[in-house]
Amino acid sequence: MREITYAQAINEAMSEEMRNDKNLIFIGEDIGIYGGAFGVSKGMFEEFGEKRVRDTPISELVITGCAVGASMTGLRTIVEIMFSDFLTLAMDQLANQAAKNKFQFGGQGSVPMVLRAPGGSGTGAAEQHSQSLEAWVAHVPGLKVVIPSTPYDAKGLLKTAIRDNNPVVFLEQKLLYRTKGEVPEREDDYIIPLGKADVKRKGKDATIVTYGRMVQISLKVADEMAKEVIDIEVIDIRSLVPLDKECLINSAKKTGKVLIVHEACQTGGFGGELVSVIVDSDAFFYLDAPVKRLGGLDIPIPYNPGLEAQVVPTEARITATLKELL
Amino acid sequence: MKLSKEIHKELYLKMVQTREFEETAARLFVEGKVHGTAHFCTGEEATGVGVCSALEVKDYILQTHRGHNQGIGKNMDINKMMAELLGKATGYCKGKGGCMHIADFSVGSLGANGIVGGGMPIATGAALKQQYNNEKNVTVCFFGDGATNGGAFHESLNLASVWDLPLIFVCTNNLYGMSTHINRSMNIEDISIRASGYGIKSISLDGNDVVKIYEETIKAKEYVLKNGPMLIVLNTYRWMGHSKSDPQIYRTKDEVKEWKEKCPVKRHKKYMLKNKIMSAVEIETLEKHAVRDIKAAVEFAENSPEPQIENIFDDVYAD
Repeated sequence: MREITYAQAINEAMSEEMRNDKNLIFIGEDIGIYGGAFGVSKGMFEEFGEKRVRDTPISELVITGCAVGASMTGLRTIVEIMFSDFLTLAMDQLANQAAKNKFQFGGQGSVPMVLRAPGGSGTGAAEQHSQSLEAWVAHVPGLKVVIPSTPYDAKGLLKTAIRDNNPVVFLEQKLLYRTKGEVPEREDDYIIPLGKADVKRKGKDATIVTYGRMVQISLKVADEMAKEVIDIEVIDIRSLVPLDKECLINSAKKTGKVLIVHEACQTGGFGGELVSVIVDSDAFFYLDAPVKRLGGLDIPIPYNPGLEAQVVPTEARITATLKELL
Repeated sequence: MKLSKEIHKELYLKMVQTREFEETAARLFVEGKVHGTAHFCTGEEATGVGVCSALEVKDYILQTHRGHNQGIGKNMDINKMMAELLGKATGYCKGKGGCMHIADFSVGSLGANGIVGGGMPIATGAALKQQYNNEKNVTVCFFGDGATNGGAFHESLNLASVWDLPLIFVCTNNLYGMSTHINRSMNIEDISIRASGYGIKSISLDGNDVVKIYEETIKAKEYVLKNGPMLIVLNTYRWMGHSKSDPQIYRTKDEVKEWKEKCPVKRHKKYMLKNKIMSAVEIETLEKHAVRDIKAAVEFAENSPEPQIENIFDDVYAD
C-alpha cells in the first residue's frame, strides 16, 4: 500500500469530500493561497476556488459562528482553527450555539460542521500554542470529538466526520502532520465510523488506553517491552465522543491491568473518564491492580525544548508506570 | 413608498398581538405558569414587527432574547410560542428551550439567542449560504445596543463587509443593557456611526415608527443584495424591566412615562385614522382579533401536555 503523511491524508479526505459534495465549503485563516499554517490544505484553493475555500480575517468567533449558520441552512462546513488553543476564542459559538442548536430548538435543524484544529506540544510554540484541550469539548453534550493517530485513521475518520450531521471537533496532532503511514489508493473510498476504538497492538499482559500522538509513543514502549517478553495491548480510542466503552472494558477484562495515557494535563483530563468507564463496569472484578493514569504535568507547556519534552508522558515515564503496574 | 391598507392592517395587528402577548405572558409569570425568566419587548413592538413584515419566508432572521415582536413579525405560530413559554411539549422547542430559544425554521426564524450577540456570527453563515446559492433573499440579524460593545459585533460586521454578504444588521437600541444606560457603556450617542469602521452603510431611525421601519427594510433588502451588508439602528425604549427580576432602580418613573407617551402602537393607530387608512371601527376589530388570538394561545398552551422525561435524550444529537 502507498504511504502518505498525516497532513496529506487530511487534505485528501477534505478534497475528496468537496469533489463529491458541492454544498461543502471550507473556511479558516490562511487556508487558501497560503495553504494553511501547517500546509494541510495545500492545493485546495487552486482546485476549488475562493468561493469554496475561503480565507477569513483573524476572527475565530465569527469563523465558527459562520460555519454554524451556513450548516444550519443547508451547506456543510469545514472550519480550520489554526491552533486548538484558539478554541478559547470560538467557544461561545461552539459550546453555546453549535452544540445546543438541535436540542434547544426542539430538533428543528442540525449543524453538520467539522471544526479541525491541531493540538499538542513539541514544536517550541510555548504556552498558548501547545495545549491539548479535548476534555473541554468532550464535556459539552451535542459535540462529537475525534483525535486520529495515523494517516489511515485521519483520512477515514475525517470523511465520516464531514458526512456526520452533528458538529464534530476534529483535533489533529501537530507532531504527527509529517509522519507517514499506509493509506489505500485514492479510488478506495473507505470510511471509519466514529465511536469505534482500534486495537493498535494486541497483547495479554497489560492494556494501554490512549489516543492521538501518545498512541505512537505507547506503541514504541510496547515494542521495547516485547523484548522483555511482556505483551502490551495498545488501544487507540480514536473518538472521545462517542466513546467505544465496550472495547476498553473487554481489554481490561482480558489483561486485568490498565494504564491510561494522554498528553493533556492529568487533572480533569479525559483519562479520568476512561478510568471510570472501566471501574464502573464489571471489568472491575477482573482487575489485578488499580487502573493507573499518566497525563501531562499540571502546568502550562514551557518554551525551553528540554523542559517541554519532559512535561508530557515520555517513553521512559510510560515504561516506568507500566512496570509499576506489572 | 405608499403602503397598502393590507400592510397597515398586518403591521397593526402584529403590534397589538405582541403587546397583548407580552402583557399576558407577564401575568402568567406572576401566576407562576411561566417560570425561569422572561424578557418582554413592550414598547419596542414597531422594531421587530416593522422589519419582519417586510421580509419573505425565505429571508432569515436571527432573534434576540427580547424578540417576541420579531417572531410575531415573521409569522411564527403564536400558539407554539406561548406553549414554549409555558414549557409544554407542543411548544416550538418541545418545552426544552423556553423564551430565549424560540425558533421556527419553517418561517425563516433561525432562533432567538440567550447569549447577547450570539446570533451575529450565525447570521453571517446564513447570509453566506444565500450568497453561495445565488438566492435573492437576505438575512436579518437582530441584537440590542449592548451587543454592539461585544466582540461578536466587530467580527461579524467586518466579515460580512469583506464578503459582501446580503445581511441586514438591526440594532434595537432601547437605551439599556440590563441596567446600564448606553451613556455609561459607550462614548457615542449614535450607534449607527459604528458601521463606518467596517466600510458599510448605516441608518438611524425612530424605532417607534413602524411605517418608516417597514419602508426602510424594503429598501435595505434591495441594497444589501446589491452592495453587501448594512446596519439599521432602531431607537426605542424598553417599557418593562430587563427581566422579571428587575427592580428598575436605575431609571426614573418620569423617564418611563415620557417614553410611554411615544407608544408605537398608539402612534400607528393615530397615523391610520389621520390618513383615513382604517376607521376606528376597523381598528377596534383588529384589536379584538389580537386579544382573541392571545387568549386562544393561552388556552392551547394550558391544555397542552408537559414534556416527558422519557424523551429527554431526543435531539442532543442528529442521526
